[in-house]
Amino acid sequence: MATTMLAPKSRSFQKTISYLRKYWTLYLMLILPIAFFVIFRYIPMMYIQIAFKRYSIVKSPWEMPLANNHGFEYFIKAFANRDFRFAVRNTLMLNLLDLLVGFPAPIILALLLNELPFKRFKRVTQTVAYMPHFLSWIIIYGMTVHLLAPTSGLVNIVLGRLGFEPIPFLNNSTLWVGTYVLLGVWQSVGWNTIIYLAALTSINPELYEAAAVDGAGRFRMIWHVTLPGLRPTIITLLILSLGRILSSEFDRPYALGNALVNNVSNVIATFVYTYGIRGLQFSLTTAVGLFQSVVCVVFLFAADALAKRFGERGIW
Amino acid sequence: MIKSKSSRVGDYIIAFICLLLMLACLLPMLNILARSLSSAQAIIRNEVFLWPKGWNIEAYRFVLTDSKYTWSLIWTAILTVICTIVSMTMTILCAFPLTYDKLKGRRFFNTLIILTMYFSAGTIPTYLLLKDLGMINKPIVLIVPNCLSVFYMIIMRSYFYGIPESLRESAEIDGAGPIRILTSIYLPLSKPVLATLSLFYAVGRWNGFSDALMFLGNNRKYYPIQLLLYNIIKSITSIEVTTQEGFATPGLNETIQAATVMFATVPILMVYPWLQKYFISGATLGAIRE
Repeated sequence: MATTMLAPKSRSFQKTISYLRKYWTLYLMLILPIAFFVIFRYIPMMYIQIAFKRYSIVKSPWEMPLANNHGFEYFIKAFANRDFRFAVRNTLMLNLLDLLVGFPAPIILALLLNELPFKRFKRVTQTVAYMPHFLSWIIIYGMTVHLLAPTSGLVNIVLGRLGFEPIPFLNNSTLWVGTYVLLGVWQSVGWNTIIYLAALTSINPELYEAAAVDGAGRFRMIWHVTLPGLRPTIITLLILSLGRILSSEFDRPYALGNALVNNVSNVIATFVYTYGIRGLQFSLTTAVGLFQSVVCVVFLFAADALAKRFGERGIW
Repeated sequence: MIKSKSSRVGDYIIAFICLLLMLACLLPMLNILARSLSSAQAIIRNEVFLWPKGWNIEAYRFVLTDSKYTWSLIWTAILTVICTIVSMTMTILCAFPLTYDKLKGRRFFNTLIILTMYFSAGTIPTYLLLKDLGMINKPIVLIVPNCLSVFYMIIMRSYFYGIPESLRESAEIDGAGPIRILTSIYLPLSKPVLATLSLFYAVGRWNGFSDALMFLGNNRKYYPIQLLLYNIIKSITSIEVTTQEGFATPGLNETIQAATVMFATVPILMVYPWLQKYFISGATLGAIRE
């Protein structure tokens, strides 16, 4: 009796031993990466409770006293804060404009590149168009100042010579928003074509031949063959962009912004930087960060569900 | 296929649009290059467009002899090399074991990692953790907290998936362990993705400044070149940009700033075209599997 009970157990034990003997090095390799994720991505989540507590530099997050209004004091304070309301508005506004202008741009460019019959020229265009992606926003800001500054910028010098008034691209709020969006397109349009061009190569060439036989011209082919071929890619990227509608970049608005356009350039990420790291209001800015993270997750799920409702594959 | 006349005209229109796009990408760079090589007077008189005026290399000489600039460039280069090595090691160590179907706990590890893509604790909790770890204001804060990107790990993993499993199995029959299989089969076959991700990591570090801005405090010695550049540009242009009248900026400073921009961009611009073939496949791999 005892032996029959023991036999399968020890066999599975032996199996585990031989499995570990064979693969223990895999676990050894994973130690550092997993430790990285636990320490730098999961342990910070423990600090999120600061959003509901009164921050104290001498206490651990667990010991800090609960904030007023059942812990929601700092969320209420955040929404009462004018800068924060502006930051939310600006984040939404800039992201929506990016979506409106920046999302279709690479699709159009990919279609154009796809129609180019000159192969070498196409390659050169691609290489040059990828270049801005490799520039930091600081560098782009430096270039922008040289190009668009009111008196010494190249564009305004040219305008001045032609007898026009200088245009304050960087210090008028409305113009700044336009500059911000266009610089975003400039920086990313080439790079973002990569994925569409890859999707284009998987379209069956027979479809084009069949369309040609039916007498379809260039535009009809784009409309009936190329764009349907890009549809899954477009939908996936659209879901991801919608999911990021309240997430905010830091580098771009921080580098491009200045005191005169604060009312439009201040986004959530820069708000957290000024109020948290420089202003030391940790509870308030943790609450803001939590709000942002939660909304981002909700938006991502919502966009995914919406896509699935329309019969698309979604991202999961 | 025989093309009609109108479609050939269309081809040239498209080529023209592409040409305009290329100009839009290149002209700003040319303008900076011209400014960096011009005399201060020419810049103040607003005479510099795309060709240097009053040719001089004073700005470059200044940047290369001023210890603040040279140190920042050298430090950023060292930092970039260290970060790229650390990041690549971590990425390989993370991606390779996860390609084993038999690995027990693989689902758990995958979920643990992917979740961090969708939900992050946020800037301030990370800042407070780094403070508790004693990393704030120390150069290590520019290396460790972001040394592994989930996105790049996924790219690497999908590339590893593309390597035929039969290679691994036959090596296992010959008695090779995972480490040997990694070093003598997977890594030699993965040169394209290794090159691509090294480029991505290196560019990310070379161009990065927000972690230095947030976590380095006043430890200016370790400011990477981008942050130094940002401070220079802001201090020069704050008057120019923030007043409607706009004072003329000091010419030499502006050429120095332009020269610094050149130093900060040229290393990347020299490398990326050679890796284009690779990073296109790399960027596509990541997108498909996301």
